[in-house]
Amino acid sequence: MKRFIIKEFLHIFRDVRSMLILFGMPLVQVLLFGFAITNEIRDARVAVVDAVPDVVTKDLRNKLFASGYFTGGDILAGQHEIDERFRQGDVKMVVVFEPEFAQKLERGENPVVQLIADASDPNAAKLLVNYATGIINGYNRSLGTYPPQAVIAEPRMMYNPSLKGVYMFVPGIITILLMLVSAMMTSISIAREKEAGTMEVLLVSPLKPISIILGKVTPYVVLSFINAVSILLMSYYVFGVPVKGSLLLLLAESILFILLALSLGIFISTVANNQQTAMMLSMFALMLPTILLSGFIFPIENMPAVLQWISLLMPPRWFIFIIKSIMLKGAGLTYFWKETLILTAMTGVFILASIRKFKIRLD
Amino acid sequence: MYEAKENNGNVIEAVDLVKRFGNFVANDRLTFSVQRGEIFGFLGANGAGKTTAIRILCGLSKPTSGQIRVAGYDVYTRTEKIKQRIGYMSQRFSLYEDLTVWENFRFFGGIYRMKSALIRERADQMLGRLGILELSDAVIASLPPGIRQKLAFSVAILHKPEIVFLDEPTGGVDPVTRRQFWEMIYEAAATGITVFVTTHYMDEAEYCNRVSIMVDGKIEALDTPEQLKKTYNAGSMNDVFLKLARRNEEQMKE
Repeated sequence: MKRFIIKEFLHIFRDVRSMLILFGMPLVQVLLFGFAITNEIRDARVAVVDAVPDVVTKDLRNKLFASGYFTGGDILAGQHEIDERFRQGDVKMVVVFEPEFAQKLERGENPVVQLIADASDPNAAKLLVNYATGIINGYNRSLGTYPPQAVIAEPRMMYNPSLKGVYMFVPGIITILLMLVSAMMTSISIAREKEAGTMEVLLVSPLKPISIILGKVTPYVVLSFINAVSILLMSYYVFGVPVKGSLLLLLAESILFILLALSLGIFISTVANNQQTAMMLSMFALMLPTILLSGFIFPIENMPAVLQWISLLMPPRWFIFIIKSIMLKGAGLTYFWKETLILTAMTGVFILASIRKFKIRLD
Repeated sequence: MYEAKENNGNVIEAVDLVKRFGNFVANDRLTFSVQRGEIFGFLGANGAGKTTAIRILCGLSKPTSGQIRVAGYDVYTRTEKIKQRIGYMSQRFSLYEDLTVWENFRFFGGIYRMKSALIRERADQMLGRLGILELSDAVIASLPPGIRQKLAFSVAILHKPEIVFLDEPTGGVDPVTRRQFWEMIYEAAATGITVFVTTHYMDEAEYCNRVSIMVDGKIEALDTPEQLKKTYNAGSMNDVFLKLARRNEEQMKE
């Protein structure tokens, strides 16, 4: 067993493609998603509603647009235009100053700046509002006479007020990568042994089929786990994605999902006789459904009824729900025990099925 | 009845071995035995059923019927016992190409539960005899086919099995290497390892102690090469084989 596992690691470390998928992939995916977001923020178009411009509002506007995060600065005729501009999609946020801004500030009242953001892109909306709030707070500090004189920033999210889907990309990437590394890599590596003829030699040896499977699978469990952890660390330190719930629970659920993906991989390899087939099968049977039907990119609620039914069969759908709950809502096991049970049952079914298949092949 | 039985020094005994795939009969009532320490040639054209039979003897496949014992153990019930006592080299090249020579030795020795020191000792011995001790850390993919083939055989007998099954071991190998390969087979047999080898090169049949010739799933002849040549009044094993094949065709026509 020990030698088997060592040998398996050697295969992985000597294969440039495997190494790229294993270690390049998480890095590239997280960074891609991350940078896609930062680019958007840097050039975000922002419009202004400033019914009665005065010294203070002009000052604030200058500060906002000098920050480098926002461009545009169109002055809208009034509140009624906001909806229209959002629908056209050329504006990400509208800054609304209330009338008599400077006078209110003078009198010691707190004038309000509304920051209305288009939250259909929740990541961008949240970041925009945070930036703008930061700039306004900076302005308050420059007034120096805290507390009586201060501008109040009042964020408002349009279209998606609860910011559902924020940080959605991290659970999604973890799911995709675990699927990819665990299922695809295992099925390919088993198919490779068949293709090379070494599988026969292993089967003739006193090794039990279960040891062969465990030997092949163990390195991928370890590497998948390392991957999951490194994605979490990277998203926490680079993009500030929090884990609100129990980290331990999150890791435990990840291991459950890794086992599920591995049993799928073994199952695929019992059907596929060469690496090419294994790869295609993993792609079409695992990757595409994971991306398209799991709710990672397209919300399940918006799918046609048939696809909603199919998505019930997709393991990633349940796993994404679980990690989303842990990471973003801080929920505990009582909240998603059903989903966990479904994943456990699926794992059991696939492990049994692949052991059966594996034995049949020996006859 | 499950204990190992040695009958008159036979390490393989097959009586009426039958293997069917649906309606197709791949092995039709094969009866033969192989003695300890002999080089037994299992000859036949492509598709004659050689590989099917060898897979059954190795425990890779279950026979449809017949009584078969390998190394004294029943192939239906004691495959784990058999597996510990045999070595196998498949038609396809079967070392890991991305691992080094030594890593392959260590891995395959390991799955037979050999201690590292013993693996090292035997590997050095074998590499020394092949004169390639310095290639110990070379990756298999970088070696010429002839050397790989010899290494594959060395790995198959690393754990000193009672029987080694060689399924067309010399396919696609040049004549010089084939010659050297057969020298290795003789050396192995001299240490007491029984060699069960399939081939469709008839000249190789001359090197065997006894050969069986399969035609269309049946054993048509089984004897020493000399005796077979005498019986069929042939100058070489090749002629013996052609005569057998022709006789079979005529029978089919009738």
